[in-house]
Amino acid sequence: MEQVPLSHILILSSALFFLGIYGFFSRRNMITMLMSIELILNSANINFIAFNKYLFPHQLEGVFFTMFIIVVAAAEVSLSIAIIINLYRRFNTIDIEDTTTMKY
Amino acid sequence: MNASTVIFYVLGSLVLIFGAMTVFSQKIFRAAVYLLFSLISVAGLYLLWDMDFIAALQIIIYVGGIVVLIIFSIFLTQRSGEKLPPPIKKRLVWSGILTISGLGLTSWIVYNYLFSASTLPGVEPTVHNIGEQMLSYSKYGYVFPFEVINILLLAALVGSIVIAMKKKEIKPTDETTHITK
Repeated sequence: MEQVPLSHILILSSALFFLGIYGFFSRRNMITMLMSIELILNSANINFIAFNKYLFPHQLEGVFFTMFIIVVAAAEVSLSIAIIINLYRRFNTIDIEDTTTMKY
Repeated sequence: MNASTVIFYVLGSLVLIFGAMTVFSQKIFRAAVYLLFSLISVAGLYLLWDMDFIAALQIIIYVGGIVVLIIFSIFLTQRSGEKLPPPIKKRLVWSGILTISGLGLTSWIVYNYLFSASTLPGVEPTVHNIGEQMLSYSKYGYVFPFEVINILLLAALVGSIVIAMKKKEIKPTDETTHITK
């Protein structure tokens, strides 16, 4: 059976990763930056699963690392949304250009 | 070109298109919905590669948990119908240059690298096998990272409650003195 070459999957995941990087650098709103981080973590997950399936099918390590990344992403999102809500209470905006109290 | 390759290319292009719409959309609520579709397409990729458990985790945690949390926070902090303020032009140019050059470099390296697959007999990624290796404390067992992740989740839970908690306002003192008089 003919399979998709591994390099195509890796190019897909790196394209998703750099989309996330672009969004993280160009956006001004904190929630949209958080969405870009989700895209980056998903591209890492695709990589882990693809390597596990294509190169090391006798192990399950990629599955474990994907599960750990998903859990860490959930924890990270809950914490950062708590920080965003706290910032919104204090400054009444979540634009990164306006919340510059700690900027040197 | 059989059916699974066609499905892979369709799902991959869906992931990239919805990811791009997430990044480029000027309305924040629409960006969240596009992110939802992108995550569902990634779950479809996992299903295509026979990773049923990971696909279920992706749908439960990402789609059911994280995107809903993001949408809640959008409703709490934004007026979702309005457009976002335009991004800064200089930063756009620099991040575009950085992104395109990085993507070109990594694609070139990946395309020219020869991967060598192992020929050992494969393990089925069923829930039974995953759970048995995850909770075993012998060699190659994953019970210690499992416990560390437990502690991390508990700390994140407590921390987010503490950060988002509203502090009790101290009553102004002259009002209380008024009452006592």
